[in-house]
Amino acid sequence: MAEMSIAEALRQAIREEMQRDPRVFCVGEDIGITGGFGGAFTVTLGLADEFGHERILDTPISEIGIAGLAVGSAMAGLRPIADVQYGDFLFCMMDQLANQAAKMTYMSGGTVKVPMVMRAPVGSTRRGAQHAQSLEAFFTHVPGLKVVAPSTAYDAKGLLKSAVRDDNPVIVFEHKLLYGSKGPRSEAGSVSPIGEVPEEEYLVPIGKGITRREGSDVTIVGKLLTVYRALAAAEKLAQDGIQAEVIDPRTLVPLDKELILESVCKTGRLVIVEEDNLTGGWAADVAAIVAEEAFFWLDAPIKRVSAPDTPAPFAPVMEEFYVPSEERVIEAVKALF
Amino acid sequence: MSKSDVPLLDMYRTMLTIRRFEERCNYLFMQGRIPSTLHLYIGQEAVATGICAHLSPEDYALSTHRPHGHAIAKGVAPRAIMAELFAKSTGCCQAKGGSMHVGDIEVGMVPAIAIVGANIPIAAGMALAAKRLGTDRVAVSFFGDGAANEGAFHEGMNMAAIWDLPVVYVCENNLYAASTPVSVAFKIEDIADRAAAYGIPGVVVDGNDVIAVHEVAGEAIARARRGEGPTFIECKTYRLCGHSRSDPRTYRSQEEEAEWETIDPIPRLGAQLKEAGLATDEALTAIEGEVESLIDEAVAFAEESPSPEPTDTLTHVFYTQTQSEEG
Repeated sequence: MAEMSIAEALRQAIREEMQRDPRVFCVGEDIGITGGFGGAFTVTLGLADEFGHERILDTPISEIGIAGLAVGSAMAGLRPIADVQYGDFLFCMMDQLANQAAKMTYMSGGTVKVPMVMRAPVGSTRRGAQHAQSLEAFFTHVPGLKVVAPSTAYDAKGLLKSAVRDDNPVIVFEHKLLYGSKGPRSEAGSVSPIGEVPEEEYLVPIGKGITRREGSDVTIVGKLLTVYRALAAAEKLAQDGIQAEVIDPRTLVPLDKELILESVCKTGRLVIVEEDNLTGGWAADVAAIVAEEAFFWLDAPIKRVSAPDTPAPFAPVMEEFYVPSEERVIEAVKALF
Repeated sequence: MSKSDVPLLDMYRTMLTIRRFEERCNYLFMQGRIPSTLHLYIGQEAVATGICAHLSPEDYALSTHRPHGHAIAKGVAPRAIMAELFAKSTGCCQAKGGSMHVGDIEVGMVPAIAIVGANIPIAAGMALAAKRLGTDRVAVSFFGDGAANEGAFHEGMNMAAIWDLPVVYVCENNLYAASTPVSVAFKIEDIADRAAAYGIPGVVVDGNDVIAVHEVAGEAIARARRGEGPTFIECKTYRLCGHSRSDPRTYRSQEEEAEWETIDPIPRLGAQLKEAGLATDEALTAIEGEVESLIDEAVAFAEESPSPEPTDTLTHVFYTQTQSEEG
């Protein structure tokens, strides 16, 4: 076992996949420039020295181009890992992701595959409204895309490797406060979940969630940063005699519904915590699934804890209000008893 | 390439196949036998034909919302295209695509991409793969004058240029983006002038002269195969039909249309063939008959083919072949 940050685990996943398969390459902005950043959050730092600039391919500032290049190169036999500096820029490439990558297999009657990975950092981190959004729900809404959201170093490595090997487009959402990036790219307020990562080869399957904490009284579902908010809340709730079960789906499409439903059937209560704003969010979808499929096991209304329906604010005091806090999770849980 | 190496009769046959296919589509549509919308390629046949004459099934062609001509020229069976338009399971996309997405990756015809300009960076990506995998494949991206004003045009063309990718960009300037004339959308006379901004060759060619298109395409494709990078070819041409199924063409004059009719690429090549002694009237009539039979057979095949089940909607959302062919 090695202790690793998520940034290091992602880098190791890319390294191993590029060593394993010559078709794998990285493409993005500022990812391999000598003396540069190694991507906005250091994930590809040093890889150009190992693999050369053809396989750690720096692009012009052209998000449509990056996504289009990934779609085309994937269709023609390569395995691109595309990189966007901030998830918010995915909107610039939305046509290529939602109309091209997601629909090509379907429109071709299942004859064409697009095995590409699109990595995107999300989360509000004192950069204001255009470098902050949690975009997962936009992409879980598009049939034809798989969506993963790892919250630990172990999962980051295992899921990214699975994403590279998948024959479909996979969007990998990474949270800026979870990277544990070092040096000038470190983030104020980071959770930095340094975790154990096995030396030997392993994969985390796409589509399997995990129970982070077992409990009998309430199920809290979180993803990315909010998994940690939920875990912290669960510890405090335990002091008050409430045992919370914390579920991390890890993959959002396809969703491990069974894991969530089984937990809710056990606890009878559900709180979903996400950093996205409330309306039309991913939490609404999880709530609907549980309401449709486990309504009679519920002892209390389903509760969502999310950001308000506003753009992400800049001022730290407002940002702390905006991102769901441990206290808000505790408050939501207690309201169910 | 000397004149005798130019596959003139083959190109005549291909252009005529596209023309008769499109005319039949229009007829069937008017009869209510085709549920699809249609963007017909009538008048522009010389472009797809002259370019694709240089391509093998291993090369890629990327098309637009007006793709039937490219698909035929690239070697997709007309019966498979017709069946797709009829929304039958035997269609080239198993009735999942329709008119605007026809293609067959087995012959290098990428299922057509109906978002204007979107195929331009994708073609760069396919060319990147062709280069990295050590093949001599090229990617040809067909698009209209309208696409040249999309952001994807700029980003994709620049990437293809900076990495010397084996791609040929073919702009079919048919003078109208739907109803919008090029004079409203461009300050420049020749869209090919934009190639200079990317540091690549830009060529203007008479898109109604298949021999001329074939010649410039040969140079551009050879250049791409040599690893010298992309070329931008602007083909000046004209839709001898409406933009789509419901277009009365009231935004352009009958005089203008009549003028372009006089340089219809198909009779033009027919006359050249006869003048050069390469074909007789009888030979051209024979080709006409063969093409008619081919289209008749395509329609019969489409009509006789089964429709998909409603629940076929649910398949092919994800690529499910467990073992990918490359291992």
